[in-house]
Amino acid sequence: MNRSRAVALPGRHGVGGSPWLWALAAVVPVGFLLAFFAWPVTALVARGFVDETGFTLRGVSDVLAAPRTWRIVRQTLTQAVAGTVMAVLLGVPGAYVLYRRRFPGRRILRAVVSVPFVLPTVVVGVAFRSLLTASGPLGWLGWEESLAAIVAALVFFNYSVVVRTVGALWSRLDPRAEDAARTLGASRLRVLATVTLPALAPAIASAAALTFLFCASAFGVVLVLGGASYGTIETEIWYQTTQLLDLPAAAALSILQLVIVAASLAVANATRARQERALSLSGHPVDAPLRRSDWPAVAVTAAVVLGLLLLPLLNLVARSFVTADGPGWGNYARLGRPTAQVTVSVWQALANSVVVALAATVLAVSLGLLVSYVLSRRPSSAAGQRVLRGLDAVFMLPLGVSAVTVGFGFLITLNRPPLDLRSSWVLIPIAQAMVALPLVVRTLLPTLRAIDPRLHEAAASLGAGPGRILRTIDAPLVLRGLGLAVGFAVSTSLGEFGATSFLARPDRPTLPVVIFMLIGRPGAENVGMAMAASVVLAVLTAGVMAVAEWIGPREVTWW
Amino acid sequence: MVVSGLEVTGAVVRYGARTAVDGVSLQVGPGEVVSLLGASGSGKSSLLRAVAGLEPLAGGTVSWVGQNLVEVPVHKRGFVMMFQDGQLFPHLSVAGNVGYALVDLDRRERDRRVAELLELVGLGGYGPRPITALSGGQAQRVALARSLAPRPRLLMLDEPLSALDAGLREHLVGVLAGILRVTGTPALYVTHDQDEAFAIADRVAVLDHGRLLQLDSPEALWRHPASREVAAFLGYRPFLTASQARALGWPAAPAGRLVAVGPLGLVEDPDGTVVPVRAVRPRRGTYEADVELPGGHLGRLRTASSPGEGAKVRLDPAGCALVGTGSA
Repeated sequence: MNRSRAVALPGRHGVGGSPWLWALAAVVPVGFLLAFFAWPVTALVARGFVDETGFTLRGVSDVLAAPRTWRIVRQTLTQAVAGTVMAVLLGVPGAYVLYRRRFPGRRILRAVVSVPFVLPTVVVGVAFRSLLTASGPLGWLGWEESLAAIVAALVFFNYSVVVRTVGALWSRLDPRAEDAARTLGASRLRVLATVTLPALAPAIASAAALTFLFCASAFGVVLVLGGASYGTIETEIWYQTTQLLDLPAAAALSILQLVIVAASLAVANATRARQERALSLSGHPVDAPLRRSDWPAVAVTAAVVLGLLLLPLLNLVARSFVTADGPGWGNYARLGRPTAQVTVSVWQALANSVVVALAATVLAVSLGLLVSYVLSRRPSSAAGQRVLRGLDAVFMLPLGVSAVTVGFGFLITLNRPPLDLRSSWVLIPIAQAMVALPLVVRTLLPTLRAIDPRLHEAAASLGAGPGRILRTIDAPLVLRGLGLAVGFAVSTSLGEFGATSFLARPDRPTLPVVIFMLIGRPGAENVGMAMAASVVLAVLTAGVMAVAEWIGPREVTWW
Repeated sequence: MVVSGLEVTGAVVRYGARTAVDGVSLQVGPGEVVSLLGASGSGKSSLLRAVAGLEPLAGGTVSWVGQNLVEVPVHKRGFVMMFQDGQLFPHLSVAGNVGYALVDLDRRERDRRVAELLELVGLGGYGPRPITALSGGQAQRVALARSLAPRPRLLMLDEPLSALDAGLREHLVGVLAGILRVTGTPALYVTHDQDEAFAIADRVAVLDHGRLLQLDSPEALWRHPASREVAAFLGYRPFLTASQARALGWPAAPAGRLVAVGPLGLVEDPDGTVVPVRAVRPRRGTYEADVELPGGHLGRLRTASSPGEGAKVRLDPAGCALVGTGSA
């Protein structure tokens, strides 16, 4: 039977509709990506090679020769490697406890763990700052404006990436391989080292590559926590363009960033292909009640959840109620008033954010559906498969390319015909949709790819044409994954800061931009308002995700 | 001459450099059930998928009552495929699945037809249930009802019972055969199990390495296998030369042919040849012994009581067949 099934897969002759139709479906998102991602980024990078006299490598070579550049690159790599290693070391035991073991409250705990990933970077920055500042509860650590603070915040964000990716595979690992090893005389530790971890290796590697990508392109959190002494390539690009207006330097840094991103994407892609093979071998989710021998993993996970995930958030909430006249709602009451420095009130900024996020979501989800449909095809020709693999990688690019680069690229390319959109607020949702698109695609694709091609064949042999198959088989099955995709799009857009900080007009800022402005101003009142506004934004994004997870499928892994 | 049903002529299916189906021709007449029998990798499923239009033909034609179907897309052929694991649509109820093909009927007509089909497969009243609540056997009955709903001009069944356990399979073969007769639906039935094929088919096509070895009624196939390969696939063994067969009491084997010994081709006979017993297995109240025949071949012997170290045997022509000497 296996043999006949293996030969049955390659040809999907006659049930999927014409290849030209799929090419047409691909043209729209590809065109969008070219206009609103490739062009602005290329234009910005190209600026680095041009001066008054024409083409030159001077600007770029100056930057590459500067010790400051290499300090920044070193810092970027250091914090990304440290963040990745810590996230993996802490995340693997977490994946075991949350996906391989059964206990009351597991679903709530899984939800708690997945909240940080969708929190706005600015909010996380504010939360960790208020925790680690000299007067904060952990001020005695002396971590203010330190590498440790940045790494802690990066682990906070990416812990759930590791837990979900590794957990999804772990929950499907056939336990009988471990049982077999035990009956052959292997100790628990030896089974873990020789059977379990090798089987999980592809998931761990792809989670690590993805985490590295997120860490290496971190912006908001580094900007808030790093102060003057710590930066990444991303914050340096921002600094060079907005503060020094040195475009050649920014362009050279963007190229460095692209090299790092392309390398980690290549690793992620290679390991993901291996994981898809591994996953196809395994069966249904398997778990067992917690045992006494699980205590090391439980202890690590409890420490992470309480100390790293909950403490900063609870501290942020508590701090938001601290005012000059004692505890109270004062900070929240002031959110309705425009301050001297910020021309709109926090509530107005929130309304702007919601409108922009909804527009960005419509865009990202529509494009994401098209992209996912195209990527879920299984063409029989080798050329078709190569094209699809290429497309797959291309649509992941915005995940790693500096959002700052995208935002600044928008400003310099979309300010003249054929596309003069600079004065239009439409730019912001477009930029945010570009940032959210990879996550939307990663959420929808597994659902679409899980649809057995023989379901299409069964429908076709019952007389359904390509249109009816799409409407009656694909659409209802995809709807399940759509809730989660919408959730990711809304929460990513609500919290987007890197590109938005360039594009938001002073009279129509989004909430993350206002929070960043507030913490940059002196005065306890501004800090208090920033805390309260952060709590509002965090509650909103976490609430959106909670609803999305509740209506969506139980588990989705992106890689 | 126009064939009144399905006609496959010289069908070739290729996957890259590998040829899965190599020039197969066959016909399925009105109301006829033809089984495609073969081991895995024999090309039987590929041939079925080519008839359905799910695989492109690299050569040959598929036609229905003289109309060439090669360019007709799957959903316009009027051939319905039933898969090994049902492939029920997970988001639809039992009734939603059964009624999937009935787009041309109005709601009342459709409900009536769905109820009628569910009665037919013995699942009356199951309509509103989700398909996740069905057992494996029930799911296959629903898949059958769904496949019969549009009154297909040809039903194609791809190992529809292979995923079920033995007892259920035996029962459902009877159910399936009965329903195909009652509805008069012509069918192509792919299986690797000859008992299943013989129970359900009017004619059986034996395939090996993409080639059609023999196409005959079950009786003719069993009595007169066309070649040593077919006989071996059906379970004939060993193959004895004329002189070896004569030593076991075979009347007069024509030279140049082999005697294929069937499962019951060797019988105890007080006047028979004495052969040594090599192994004995109890089998459902009787015994099956491996005996060493002239030439060193092992033969199977059914006995009522456990044989000793030797047995007296002869060949029973009713349980044997003659085949050519072709290698296998």
